[in-house]
Amino acid sequence: MSYKAIMKDGLWDQNIVFTQLLGMCPTMAVTTSGTNGLGMGLATTAVLVCSNAIIAAIRDFVSHQVRIPVFIVIIATLVTVVDMSLNAWMHGLYQVLGLYIALIVANCAVLGRAEAFAARQPVLASALDGLWMGLGFTFALTLIGLIRELLGTGTLFSQASLLLGPSFAFLEMTVLPNYGGVLMMVLPPAGFLVLGFLLAGKRLLDGRLAARAPAAPSAIAEGA
Amino acid sequence: MSALAAMREKLSYQGISLGFIALATSAVLAMANMATHDGIVKAEREDLKTSLSQVLPVGYADNDLLTDTVRIAGADGSPVIVYRARKAGAINGVVFQMAQRGYAADVVVLIGVDTSGRMLGARVIKHSETPGLGDKIDIAKSKWILAFDGKSLGDPAPEKWGVKKDGGIFDQFAGATITPRAVAKAVKTGLDFYAAHKAEILEGKKS
Repeated sequence: MSYKAIMKDGLWDQNIVFTQLLGMCPTMAVTTSGTNGLGMGLATTAVLVCSNAIIAAIRDFVSHQVRIPVFIVIIATLVTVVDMSLNAWMHGLYQVLGLYIALIVANCAVLGRAEAFAARQPVLASALDGLWMGLGFTFALTLIGLIRELLGTGTLFSQASLLLGPSFAFLEMTVLPNYGGVLMMVLPPAGFLVLGFLLAGKRLLDGRLAARAPAAPSAIAEGA
Repeated sequence: MSALAAMREKLSYQGISLGFIALATSAVLAMANMATHDGIVKAEREDLKTSLSQVLPVGYADNDLLTDTVRIAGADGSPVIVYRARKAGAINGVVFQMAQRGYAADVVVLIGVDTSGRMLGARVIKHSETPGLGDKIDIAKSKWILAFDGKSLGDPAPEKWGVKKDGGIFDQFAGATITPRAVAKAVKTGLDFYAAHKAEILEGKKS
């Protein structure tokens, strides 16, 4: 499998949220703002890269029958270590993300990648798969978060400087000043609504691309 | 690799490998716990210090509140930790937490009172109230909580200590009465607690 194909799968074709529909618990819970989505996505990416690499490294020594408990124990350990390190050394960030870190264990996408990819591929390819799958997840969460934040409170990336440092304060925008806010967009139902519309949009886009493919195969090959 | 493949099928290998992984991950966790323990304790102390200073006026205390505490049994029997603020050695105010059942879960309010029992300030430090409705009790969302500053048991009169819907003087929010009611009750309970244990709080030994 080529590294390019791994990238394309992770970001688009096999996107954790938009295609595999995995990791719905963090997707619905944290996407109340773009910043929250971004932070959760990046934390998940870090865990995915490490868990994929470790599991690929020991894949030959793990028997098929006990692989699931082995994977789970490794993932849970990584998440706990990330949680403790953030709490001790990056406490400002921990106060923003703290609630969500433990949720990564419950993200079946991490176990899914271990089972579907890292258990049968070499270390480098698995780490890259973790990276691109994680970035695809980050992209999806940030997009859903931004849409809900814009419609719900009229801002974009509020509190981004808490997450990324003061130099990123320029990201914080109030797009609709004096906007009363739509409470429902911040509550859980809007997560499902926004995801539903985005899924439909992606299907439409993929359908258009597929319909155009036979007519102009060279353009698609280059574009891919 | 075929020898390894044959071994992997053995029941004993599976048990031992699972045990080995459990042991290795436990060792990693123990090491991570040791490495982060001091940092976490320090960060949590900083957190507590920041919240304590929010309910005291600037420059009110010149001691370390975290080390000047007394434990007193609250109304429900569980101990309340009271942090004492001193200026030049004399106690001039105390800070403690009070919890009261809100709409979703307990609302925890940090309360600062001066020695005469007058409110210096209150802050909600933990709650799970509905976003957009009940969360206006949070200073980050609304200035509502500042209405308690300067109040005491006699001001307003006891029957006015509640939200307007209950005949009190504090505003409720559109669509959320239970949450502000819980905060008002927590503050009132806190003032009652201080009045009942004033001597122990001001004269008790550090613990």
